[in-house]
Amino acid sequence: MRLPVPLAAEIAAARAAGRLSRLAGAGGGTTVPGKLLWKLDPGAVDRLAARLPLGSALVSATNGKTTTAAMAAEILRPRVRLAHNRSGANLVSGVASTLLEVRDAELGLFEVDEAALPEVAARLRPRALCLGNLFRDQLDRYGELEHVAERWRGAVRDLDPAAALVVNGDDPQVGDLARERPGAVVFGVDDPRRAQPSLQHAADSKYCVRCGTPYEYAAPYVGHLGDYRCPACGHARPPLTVRARAIELEGLDSVSFRLELPDGSRDVRLRVPGLYNVYNALAAASLSRALGASADEIVTGLERFGAAFGRFERIEIGDRRLLMLLIKNPAGANEAVRTIATGGGPTHVVIALNDAIADGRDVSWIWDVDFEPLIPGLQRLVATGDRAAELALRFKYGGLDPGAIEVVPSLERGLDRGLELTSAGGELVVLPTYTAMLALRKIVAERGFVRPYWERAA
Amino acid sequence: MKLRVGHLYPDYLNIYADRGNIAVLARRAAWRGHELEVDALSVGDGVRPGEHDLLYVGGGQDREQALVADDLAAKADGLFRAMETGAPLLAVCGGYQLLGRSYRDLHGADLPGVGLFPLETVAGERRMIGDVLLECELEPGVRRTLAGFENHAGRSRLDPGAVPLGRVLAGFGNDGESGEEGCRVGRAIGTYLHGPLLPRNPWFADWLLAQALAHATGEEPSELPPLPDDLEADAHAVSARRAETRGGRFS
Repeated sequence: MRLPVPLAAEIAAARAAGRLSRLAGAGGGTTVPGKLLWKLDPGAVDRLAARLPLGSALVSATNGKTTTAAMAAEILRPRVRLAHNRSGANLVSGVASTLLEVRDAELGLFEVDEAALPEVAARLRPRALCLGNLFRDQLDRYGELEHVAERWRGAVRDLDPAAALVVNGDDPQVGDLARERPGAVVFGVDDPRRAQPSLQHAADSKYCVRCGTPYEYAAPYVGHLGDYRCPACGHARPPLTVRARAIELEGLDSVSFRLELPDGSRDVRLRVPGLYNVYNALAAASLSRALGASADEIVTGLERFGAAFGRFERIEIGDRRLLMLLIKNPAGANEAVRTIATGGGPTHVVIALNDAIADGRDVSWIWDVDFEPLIPGLQRLVATGDRAAELALRFKYGGLDPGAIEVVPSLERGLDRGLELTSAGGELVVLPTYTAMLALRKIVAERGFVRPYWERAA
Repeated sequence: MKLRVGHLYPDYLNIYADRGNIAVLARRAAWRGHELEVDALSVGDGVRPGEHDLLYVGGGQDREQALVADDLAAKADGLFRAMETGAPLLAVCGGYQLLGRSYRDLHGADLPGVGLFPLETVAGERRMIGDVLLECELEPGVRRTLAGFENHAGRSRLDPGAVPLGRVLAGFGNDGESGEEGCRVGRAIGTYLHGPLLPRNPWFADWLLAQALAHATGEEPSELPPLPDDLEADAHAVSARRAETRGGRFS
């Protein structure tokens, strides 16, 4: 197919801009071409996407969208050539950049920012949409949860009638989106042994979406995700199409479960830990299935999956190892804490709190995180990043002896202090917010221990 | 001694880490040898005047605020009488709005208010979001600063003669125009500042505790023994700098 001349010229200019940005050392240049194209011609994104012979699939969620999309990519890659925004550039400009970069892709697979979803969906007209969860997150940036939910309802209403909708039935707001689309795929967890004793403090959608009465939970799993029912009006978790049962949490290394699909069940062992990754795997499996993947392809892909960029990463640093788990909001951070606390938890930890726009300028969310399971075993906390002192207060008032807290605002010095506290052969746990994670990866990359993310092979 | 705190709607109004404020009050009381006992006062629970030495109301999203508004109006009488017994109160963001006379949301719907604070709140199109720095003078001649974060669509207008909590040094405050933030009626304080407010402003936490102790003992408030607050001072300084460099401003 020949491109109209103007689009082809715009594409060439935008691609060149991305190369220039990388040459100039301005980081990955992952959104530069897209931003330029966006400026030149906003409609170009729509036309680029329309050229994908197999169309596009979108993944959105407060937590887990990068991992879910990466898992789905692992499943689908042997079958189709993908355009996938794997480094997490998930606004319209990031999607545009990915479309520019990958010239011969057949299927677009994009994680999309929660707030950007309505616009991206309107432009790309996806053939499949996978919606994972909605938690309170960066209220200074996204506004209230209810407003994001309202915009998602609009995006679902405007979907092509033939498009596949995949939703997490365990999230009351998200599960409810399936109600008006009879063919929707609904996934969820069915293993009361893995339920929390009670709803976490950070649970958000605790009140019936219909009548406002508090839900009763037969099993809360992660935040407000679980098996719920309204005692007043009966609004309840929708019937599940795809579910996880017999979940075995295997410390910091892995998690196993039985994946039940409509046409049979399979045992899956993920190489990443935690119940939240079971949710990501369910989302990826359900989406891939809607896109035509077989049960065998799904299991093979999920088991091959390592980890998504910066979300859960082990980096060898000489004779020590770094284990980095991104934290960005209460629900996600709770799962990171729960995961590292299983098996006793670390004796020392580095927590890096920044407050740039991408982290959320409002740092109050750290007070909604249940850090307490870490405190009894903690001998030393290295609080680092721009808001290190605020983080130190969170632990001081959480009951950690102030003498065990070191405030080291410089990320590089904070990291080195953590490594100093780690014995040879040992592992240092680091919990950074988003921009702190990027900065720490850069520091480690400059020392030659990890390749920059835009150079990583697929 | 034992201090009893009545925490209103902890299950509904907790959006900006309100439990951090409670944790600071509890620890700072414990470090002075006092025990803080916190009772949840939620939908259907009455406020019994005299029973609590401190009342706390946090902030919620619009949906949660609407869910508790009627119940809170029904608690109005108990709250007024608790104030008459000299119990201090701290209301943050949504709680502050609901303790005013009325709150009108973006769609023009009115929520009833308690009327404890002499103000009315009307939601505007643009939210006022950012770091804030205030100067307060709770005791004559003693000026101190409060650093926090605000995120509200509501514009609160104080009645003429009503006393604000403080003067805005950086940020929006009550309405982005008046240069005033919050409201004070005796020992009751309402404010938009979260962060949460108390960890990085320990003097204000101690002021509230001193009022609560005064309520419990029936004596005049007196200053509490000082605590090592180096970390708190660091956090305050960073937060204050943030307000000065990037606090909210209408352009």
